[in-house]
Amino acid sequence: MTSEMTHSLLYLDAVNVAFDGFRAINNLSLTIERGEMRAIIGPNGAGKTTMMDIITGKTRPDSGQVYFEGAIDLSRQDEVEIARLGIGRKFQKPTVFESHTVNDNLELALTGTRGVFATLFHRPGAGSDTRINDILDTIRLTARRDELAADLSHGQKQWLEIGMLLAQDPKLLLVDEPVAGMTDAETRETARLLREIASERSVIVVEHDMGFVRELDVKVTVLAEGSVLAEGSLDHVSADENVIESYLGR
Amino acid sequence: MISRFLFTGADRKVFWTIIVLLAVAVLVPALNLLLPTDHPFHVPNQIVSLVGKYLTYAMLALALDLVWGYCGILSLGHGAFFALGGYAMGMYLMRQIGTRGVYGNPVLPDFMVFLDWDRLPWFWYGFDQFWFASLMAIAVPGLLAFAFGWLAFRSRVTGVYLSIITQALTYALLLAFFRNEMGFGGNNGLTDFKDILGFSVQADGTRAALFAASAIALALFLALCLFITDSKLGKVMVAVRDAESRLRFVGYRVEHVKLFAFVVSAMMAGVAGALYVPQVGIINPGEFAPANSIEVVIWAAVGGRGTLVGPILGAIAVNGGKSYFTAAFPEFWLFALGGLFVAVTLFLPKGIVGSISSFRGRMNTQSALRSQKIADMEAAE
Ligand SMILES: Nc1ncnc2c1ncn2[C@@H]1O[C@H](COP(=O)(O)OP(=O)(O)O)[C@@H](O)[C@H]1O
Ligand SMILES: [Mg+2]
Repeated sequence: MTSEMTHSLLYLDAVNVAFDGFRAINNLSLTIERGEMRAIIGPNGAGKTTMMDIITGKTRPDSGQVYFEGAIDLSRQDEVEIARLGIGRKFQKPTVFESHTVNDNLELALTGTRGVFATLFHRPGAGSDTRINDILDTIRLTARRDELAADLSHGQKQWLEIGMLLAQDPKLLLVDEPVAGMTDAETRETARLLREIASERSVIVVEHDMGFVRELDVKVTVLAEGSVLAEGSLDHVSADENVIESYLGR
Repeated sequence: MISRFLFTGADRKVFWTIIVLLAVAVLVPALNLLLPTDHPFHVPNQIVSLVGKYLTYAMLALALDLVWGYCGILSLGHGAFFALGGYAMGMYLMRQIGTRGVYGNPVLPDFMVFLDWDRLPWFWYGFDQFWFASLMAIAVPGLLAFAFGWLAFRSRVTGVYLSIITQALTYALLLAFFRNEMGFGGNNGLTDFKDILGFSVQADGTRAALFAASAIALALFLALCLFITDSKLGKVMVAVRDAESRLRFVGYRVEHVKLFAFVVSAMMAGVAGALYVPQVGIINPGEFAPANSIEVVIWAAVGGRGTLVGPILGAIAVNGGKSYFTAAFPEFWLFALGGLFVAVTLFLPKGIVGSISSFRGRMNTQSALRSQKIADMEAAE
């Protein structure tokens, strides 16, 4: 075991995934430190979403290592086990539970009871109410607490989903294209939200919007054709010839 | 808990339905047994047995609502659990016939004597005891649902595929129960019952008691379903219906939630079947017909799925219509049923109860908006 592996929060080494012979992830290696926020950029089809699928157990790697907190082999766990380990995920297309209220969406995500009989006899305590209030405050949805999630705007659904991740209180948060389809004001608000979240936990953000990535002001990894093309500050990777070529050659 | 009951509209509906069912459980038998037949408030015997039968159908529709309305599992095989519960009760009733059968064999039911069997098959043991038969009416559907659900939900079979295999399940049982060698009376099924717990199944008192038992069981199941759907588990079930793959990433075992709902629902259907058989006096393989299970879906859809009360009303209304139509215009019933389903799907996608609730909800929002406007205007002045 390398020291990089044991000290990091997330460690991917030489990961490969092919779909019907097409190599979506190609010898991918990536390390995320505890408390780090990382932005991942790359052209469409670069494998960004597939990488998240691997980390969260939706897709199994054909080969390579995926370790969480140094010792936990994620490639052997399913989605539910990985979620319970403390890895949360926001999908590219916002998915909330539409026929539940904003409050109930957060209550379901809140850490705690998950089993069938435990939830059947569960009575929400006062503590959960304060936590929900705090989260509603953070995601600016206090006024819409009792409305159905289906009635929220696109941007608000994105924030609700981020709020649900906060309620899950994960150690690592994966966020897939959070500002797609948002107005400029919503985008700035989301950047603020993510920075606030990152002060307490590790976050990986996938995003196309360069202005947004600049606003986050964190280390950037460029993905292309399933592997890492460049890594460093945004200015550093923007100057990289390979990166310019892969974006222009798109 | 009680105060929450009375505050939300949906819970209030369920609460009042329970009260009505309990009142009906007392009143109908009383009006049937205590009043003379020419009294204007006398409830005739046919009505008691007809409505008693509807109540068991309502129980079946309620059971379906728990899995379809709340978990999003469209089971097209719930008739199988109902029929299995019915067979368990039918086996008890067969063994009560004793020497009063045509062949007068004290142990073997007539059809076994007719088949030249010399002893009772092992799976008929214990069915001379009412408690054992009642237990089996719950346990057999429950175990079948557990085995079936365990395999199907773990392999993540969902949507249309799941619906198709539930149809296959009930069809397979239909074919199996048709066979004489299975030992369940072949295509004649089980019938010619004499008594239940020592009382004649034909007697007015017995019929009234079975009616009361059906109404009370339905009320209890409704309370159970309310408890489940009002709990956090109920919210998890609705989340399964809305976006089950998303729910996994929140850390819930979707397949366990589905399995729980499916097994509880199958056991409720089994009890419904067990109460149905003594009231209609027969159980045969026809109860496993795939079309029966589809009819249950229509009842629930007409009444309004995901409302608990809706499927109960739907079952009673549609079967009331069926009784009327099949007597008045027998050839039109299937067209009427098909037309009803199409009409509800197109015009009332939430069913009767669901549509009333959302209409009321809209009215309330509008009046709230109006009063808000008035308040704003007053504040501005
Ligand atoms: N389940 C799948 N089956 C087949 N091909 C897939 C699957 N998931 C992703 N791919 C392919 O893998 C490549 C990477 O996809 P994806 O990870 O979604 O890219 P990105 O998120 O970077 O835009 C794409 O070419 C996509 O078509
Ligand atoms: Mg993507």
